[in-house]
Amino acid sequence: MMEQIKLILKDIPELHKIKVYEANGGYLALKKALGMKPDEVIEEVKKSGLRGRGGAAFPTGLKWSFMPKDSRPKYLIVNADEGEPGTFKDRAIIEKNPHQLIEGALIAAYAIGAQTIYVYIRGEYVKWMKILQTAIDEAYSQGYIGKNILGSEFSVDMYIHRGAGAYICGEESALMESIEGKRGYPRFKPPFPAQYGLWGYPTTINNVETLANVPVIIQNGGEWYARIGAPKHPGTILFGVSGHVNKPGIYELPTGVLLTDLIYKYAGGVRNNKKIKAVIPGGSSTPPLRGDQIEGVTMDFDGLKNAGSMIGTGAVIVMDEDTDMVKVLWRIAKFYWHESCGQCTPCREGTGWMFKILDRIIKGSGRPEDLDLLVSVADNIEGNTVCALGDAAAWPIKFGVQRFREDFEKYIKFKSTVLVEK
Amino acid sequence: MFTEENLKKVEEIKKRYPTPQAALLPVLWIAQEQYGWISEDVMRYVAELLGIPYSHVYGVVTFYTMYNRKPVGKYHIQVCTNVSCMLNGAYENLEYLQKKLKIKVGQTTPDMKFTLSEVECLGSCGTAPVVQINDDYYENIDREKLENLIEELSRDEK
Repeated sequence: MMEQIKLILKDIPELHKIKVYEANGGYLALKKALGMKPDEVIEEVKKSGLRGRGGAAFPTGLKWSFMPKDSRPKYLIVNADEGEPGTFKDRAIIEKNPHQLIEGALIAAYAIGAQTIYVYIRGEYVKWMKILQTAIDEAYSQGYIGKNILGSEFSVDMYIHRGAGAYICGEESALMESIEGKRGYPRFKPPFPAQYGLWGYPTTINNVETLANVPVIIQNGGEWYARIGAPKHPGTILFGVSGHVNKPGIYELPTGVLLTDLIYKYAGGVRNNKKIKAVIPGGSSTPPLRGDQIEGVTMDFDGLKNAGSMIGTGAVIVMDEDTDMVKVLWRIAKFYWHESCGQCTPCREGTGWMFKILDRIIKGSGRPEDLDLLVSVADNIEGNTVCALGDAAAWPIKFGVQRFREDFEKYIKFKSTVLVEK
Repeated sequence: MFTEENLKKVEEIKKRYPTPQAALLPVLWIAQEQYGWISEDVMRYVAELLGIPYSHVYGVVTFYTMYNRKPVGKYHIQVCTNVSCMLNGAYENLEYLQKKLKIKVGQTTPDMKFTLSEVECLGSCGTAPVVQINDDYYENIDREKLENLIEELSRDEK
């Protein structure tokens, strides 16, 4: 078993309280960062090799370096809109270690020159909003947030902005529209948020888990961090394992851990010792893998790319041998249809058609040509939309039909569910 | 139409943003807290309060699923049926609730006690299946737990 390094979900009781956090070295990284030049902070994060944990795995230091060095107002947004099906890690960070998130956000704001931080949190997370607000209030009262932080020239405010039920608002440009009080329609890129963000001002958007890594990097150095896990995608990831496993939950492990170890050694294996039919490795947007495709796959950017999927949010959904994959893909299609914002025609119409075709298949009216039709619709969405939701909707269906074709064929042949044959 | 206290809250919220329009989502949350749902009259009031067009407010309210556009019951039961919950019996639970409450998804019981909704992933996949009732999550839910919960909430005469 890999050594379990815990950088974020540490085994310290009551760590959500500021006194406990401080007693365990909390806010020392902020002090250290404030003694450095902003560019030196960015350099350290670049050296660490940290990549975004919100799904795209973009290098964090590089993202920060895109921020212009002028005197315009600048913003940092903490993306806590956690909505990718299978993902439940950001809420764990907010619950167990909110101050490490706040400290990371403060360091990021200092590095990029932001005067305001908005935490965009999904509307359903009322409990976690309260926990985070309490932590923010504590940090204000201890002088870590506010004017002239720790006696420096650096001042910043931090506000929670509650979402209201829209998966699309996890997409960074839709998120900005939402903060501006509009419908969450993604923007064209370029211009990227660092050039034209909130209200047209330079803005950086980082995921909760990404920012929670920052204090550790500043405290121990980028080079130290870069040695953890997979060299091209270093650090730990809070892998969320769900589905048919004995011990579902969050496992913080170094990147590069074997997918099979994650499932069998950490998450307790499959219930009733059944075989694995499929694994969604990084949230519902990532192509599902067949059970016979998971051997030797490592949980990092390249590992999953080579396996024919993506790391996404590190949200692993395990499905046992009795799982009806047509129904799973039907449910995924339903989700994207519901969540498509409606701005781009290929996505708005295409997600609806994919769902309708899958719906007739599971209701026993599928036609043999439906499988090619599904792939064709998916192909016509992919790459033809403003944001990545279109691709995210297309991939699971396209690869799902390819990889689980026999399930679909049974449905169509028997005009009913797979269970009929049993 | 807002209470004095809520009007003060609106003023506080407006200070956080450079434009009044940015206060729209938080102000709609206040409205929903006060009225339980957001009627067209409330939308007009919010539009006037923030100095933005009513059509814009309407567009926003109808875009986000959590703003209720009709009254909901005292207990709004929201059943997640996305993949991880589905693999753990979410649809069976939903079916049970429809029978138990004698309403379909999207409906409210005649006594205005329960509204039943099917919702997308609530971020509780490790403790699936999950049901959200008003602001609270009920995790690792099964039929027996649901039965007890409904019995308990039904007894509440307040």
